[in-house]
Amino acid sequence: MAHILLRHREIPRINEIDIYEKNGGFKAFKQAVKNMEPTEVTAVVKDSSLRGRGGAGFPTGMKWSFIDNNSWPHYVVANADESEPGAFKDRELIESNPFQFLEGMAISSYAVGANIAYIYIRGEFWELTATLDEKIAEMEKLGYLGNKLFGSDYSLKIYTHLGAGAYICGEETALLESLEGKRGLPRVRPPFPPSFGLYGKPTVVNNVETFANVPLIIDKGADWFKSIGTPDSAGVKIFSLSGRIRKPGNYELPFGTTFRELIYEHGGGIIEGRPVKAIMAAGASSSMILVDDKVLDTPIDYASVRKLGADLGSASVIVIDDTVSIDWVINKTLNFFEHESCGKCTPCREGTYWMQHLSQSIHAGNKRKQDVDLLYNVAKQMQNKCLCALGEFATMAVVTGIERFPQDFNLEVRE
Amino acid sequence: MTKQVTLTIDGIQIDVPDETLVVDAAKKAGIDIPVFCYHPKMEPVGMCRMCLVEIGRPMINRSTGQPVLNEDGQPTMQFMPKPETACTNLVSEGMVVLTQSESAKEAQKDIIEFLLTSHPLDCPICDKGGECPLQNLTMEHGPGKSRFLFDGKFKMEKQIRLGELIVLDRERCIICARCVRFQEEVAGQAVLAIDDRGRGSEIISVSEPGFDSVFSGNTTDICPVGALTTTDFRFGARPWELLSAASICGQCPVGCNITFNTRREAKSAGKVVIKRVMPRQNEQVNETWICDKGRFAYHYAKSKERLSKPLLRKDDKLKTTSWSSATKLVAEKLGEAGKDTIVLASGRLSNEDLFNLKSLADGLGGKAVLYTEMGGGDLVTQIGVGQGTNFSDMGQGDAIFVIASDLYEEAPIWWLRVKQAADRGAKLIVANSRETKLDKFANFVVRYSNGDEVKTVQDLGGTGKIAQAFSKADNAIVLFGSDGLGLEGSTHLATACANLLEETGHIGKANNGLIGVWPKANDQGAWELGFHPEPDLAAILKGKAVYIVGADPANDNPALAKALKKAKFVVVQDLFRTATAELADVILPAQTYTERDGTFTSGERRAQRFYAAVPGLGESKPDYAITSEIAEKLNIQLEGTSSVLVFEKLAASVKDFAGLSYAKLAEVTEQWPIVGRGDLYYGGSTYENTQGLGVQLVSASDRGETVSIPKVRNDAGLRPKKDELLAVPITKLYDRGTTVAPTEFLTERIGDVTIALHPEAAKKLGVEAGKRVKISFEDVEGEAVVKIDETISAGVALVPRSMGLAIREPVVIKVQ
Repeated sequence: MAHILLRHREIPRINEIDIYEKNGGFKAFKQAVKNMEPTEVTAVVKDSSLRGRGGAGFPTGMKWSFIDNNSWPHYVVANADESEPGAFKDRELIESNPFQFLEGMAISSYAVGANIAYIYIRGEFWELTATLDEKIAEMEKLGYLGNKLFGSDYSLKIYTHLGAGAYICGEETALLESLEGKRGLPRVRPPFPPSFGLYGKPTVVNNVETFANVPLIIDKGADWFKSIGTPDSAGVKIFSLSGRIRKPGNYELPFGTTFRELIYEHGGGIIEGRPVKAIMAAGASSSMILVDDKVLDTPIDYASVRKLGADLGSASVIVIDDTVSIDWVINKTLNFFEHESCGKCTPCREGTYWMQHLSQSIHAGNKRKQDVDLLYNVAKQMQNKCLCALGEFATMAVVTGIERFPQDFNLEVRE
Repeated sequence: MTKQVTLTIDGIQIDVPDETLVVDAAKKAGIDIPVFCYHPKMEPVGMCRMCLVEIGRPMINRSTGQPVLNEDGQPTMQFMPKPETACTNLVSEGMVVLTQSESAKEAQKDIIEFLLTSHPLDCPICDKGGECPLQNLTMEHGPGKSRFLFDGKFKMEKQIRLGELIVLDRERCIICARCVRFQEEVAGQAVLAIDDRGRGSEIISVSEPGFDSVFSGNTTDICPVGALTTTDFRFGARPWELLSAASICGQCPVGCNITFNTRREAKSAGKVVIKRVMPRQNEQVNETWICDKGRFAYHYAKSKERLSKPLLRKDDKLKTTSWSSATKLVAEKLGEAGKDTIVLASGRLSNEDLFNLKSLADGLGGKAVLYTEMGGGDLVTQIGVGQGTNFSDMGQGDAIFVIASDLYEEAPIWWLRVKQAADRGAKLIVANSRETKLDKFANFVVRYSNGDEVKTVQDLGGTGKIAQAFSKADNAIVLFGSDGLGLEGSTHLATACANLLEETGHIGKANNGLIGVWPKANDQGAWELGFHPEPDLAAILKGKAVYIVGADPANDNPALAKALKKAKFVVVQDLFRTATAELADVILPAQTYTERDGTFTSGERRAQRFYAAVPGLGESKPDYAITSEIAEKLNIQLEGTSSVLVFEKLAASVKDFAGLSYAKLAEVTEQWPIVGRGDLYYGGSTYENTQGLGVQLVSASDRGETVSIPKVRNDAGLRPKKDELLAVPITKLYDRGTTVAPTEFLTERIGDVTIALHPEAAKKLGVEAGKRVKISFEDVEGEAVVKIDETISAGVALVPRSMGLAIREPVVIKVQ
């Protein structure tokens, strides 16, 4: 099947605006603005069952329909802060198929009545951002952005904004704070961005990949989209495959593809042909999946992965083989989360530090049972108490790692 | 519209408005939910996670909108799978809150444990120890044993000066951000910030000079740990050693309610001394805040320079004498002078002192003169602000007009409350000849030329946009000051303001009327009791017997020094041996207001009681008692044994004080938020008011009586002519006044005497910023350091009062 999102793999130079146009580019946006009411656009997206690709898998159309029409102006913000260890899909999309993403943003902006949209992009992508700015300028030149588009009353400007390298700014409310020029700290939710977002105004925040799906949904219809994937999760997903894999990279596959197919058919199997020991499906924020044949044959969608006691997240699949000790993995993730904790709430600020402290001593070979128990307890103690998801994420690998791979911590198998 | 909702917290049912947060509702029900970051005066942020509780809401049937009932006919409750923060959740109908459930208690214990992992636990050497929310909550909710290894503790700096006044201990800080949020939300001065992130987060000052806010001390009250301490109290005493005395701040006309914390200490030779000043809640006056001048500038009371014995001039030398011989001589001389007696007193004195002084002057047929450079008090006395006025009640639909006053420097807490009223939607009109810190919060800024003050007020009675905002307001208050004005100018300004208020109908009701931003705490009281300033004081002193109380005219004005030398007899009653005292025939040592009881009348005409905090120094006596002792020898019967008796007499003879008594002034009604009880974590260590909220005086306007407001004089005030430089006086918060300068750590904030010039004026004079220049006018000569101010006009120079250069009113000067 031809790619839906990573279309540059079949169509060379689709990152050039005339090539994109020749391949049906901007048809959907034009169609939406000229022939559809904003609510119709939202209805189609809702009907397509598109779910947010940033990690939470929240129904996109529903999010758009939550936008508060009693408060104006509205904003659309693309979360291009891609900072989850193991995630590298948005970068490829922006780099190689930028117009599809931008067109998706434009359609979304039209649907929710936003005349200004921002792309919040991670600081390390500064070169990419310069290119993106050029692409936006080209769209303006050709009348795809700007005032009174396609002869209608609808106007839209898109701006890029570089982050400064904080993981927390991928959390949507921290992202908005940062975009407003403040320290990137998460806000208390509720209220959620569709009612209280950028500058306190109703705002839709979606991931880059989510937006990239939109033009084709408008163009080919909700039913076409639903025909791909599974009933739970429609469409395709870009899997960022990494770890002990022969051919790491991005793979666009329909939801429902099994882990076995992803790893062995597409990823070329494990280095040196070793067995898969664990899978982290959502990057560093993952619960550890203890892999057996049943797991490998599980079709990947949001619901099925949840049944394995984990979350799909942004599908940043890290494959771990039997050469890797889980305590090493945990230590890696904790170093990351301790470094990235914003410090706003107590349990995350103190808990990540404490956990890292413990895991370092455990990884250094001091695998005393009481240290491992304490690490497990501290992680448990953090759960359900943090202000945002980062704190919860930091505990996932620790809790499931110790529970599911006790042998790696020199413990008796837990009952 | 708010509506009442009923909820149950730990089995206690309570009705509260639907805008109430769960944590506040619990407080109202008498249940303390532990908090660190939440403060009832600030927006909730849900950072510290200490207030985690279980919250259940009735399950609602979506089709009927009615609660789903269980088998017992009770609503089925839906609890969230995880505990929620009580500080960010609003109450709702039928809500059930569990603060003591297993999950809630466990969450609270867990959060305390997390906080303690980075806390140094140096309570034995911490100033907060004994009144520390973290200490208290650890005792209540914390684990008994640490699971955290000591070698994992973060070592951080323990002595970071955020400015000269506030010290930060980074190890103790728990990053609740109360201080940062106070500065941003309450004070409107974002001079603090958090730097870095995660465990490395630290509070920093982002202003120059450090922590540049006159409200900085408040952050130490609301800091829930010992991270922020004041230079003043740091390592000063343990909280449990301190006694407290209710008082009223004597530094400005706001009348902030304060508490003096005292201790008897070896360090002070076994004497009882004031160790610190804390705010005392009065939601109608200062809420729970005070400014740094009020907090720190109390040291003058224990100055070594204080007078402790009466002195008498003999052979042209002042020599110690006894009270009886001193007062005998004074009585004799005043008796001889009779109607040629002038009592010259300042608004630093209490109502009781001023009442006795006025009675003495009246008894002798003499004159009671108020020593001040600001006029208009007659009008404030008649109109005032309506009874029940409270800035906190002002907001949308109301207007506040501030003219010729730099409130931030003159009356900081009014600045804060006016700014907050503007935050709530009140239209704020700020008129001045220069930029002040209030401008940035104003809806309208009116910039006039010096001399056009009256015209500016009159324009507000017109039909322009700003005039409409004022006249159409539901309620409107005018605050007038003496920025750039002397006695004459401010008197005219007050008249114009009174006329404006009368024309627009903004008198005789709550949240309407006139407030004078007086230089002294009890100037308003002096006006109420019949004191008046004298337009040409120097002219009337010659050949008179002058009884000067709480004033230092010889220091302020060489002309007055000269005039006093020509007086027949001079008696000075004061705290210090001032320049005026040096000219006296008799000097009588008075007590500071911290040493005796009394009352002040605030600018909002609120009579408030203060109580003795420390014993009197040496042989010094309360002013009212000294006056009564002199009067007794002249057969004028005054009360002198106790201030309560003086006040009774005062209330019986001054109409607006009718019906008042010390008991009445000591009455307290329940205030919100509830602060200062056992739970120091909720409102901070500010004191609960148990000794009196005071009473706002009823004015003639309140009673509906006709008020006689004189006609406004239309001619403009003095203006600079071509090639002239007109110096105008302005007020600086930290000045060289006797009640400020003795606080040594304020020296940097007091700084040098300055003269602010427009860049053009400076260029013309060939001077630049930071340069010292010679200034001369009339027969005065002095020096000042040049400051550049682009917001003033080129013909005007600003000179701060009480900084050594005696500019009392606009005057043409020469600069070299």
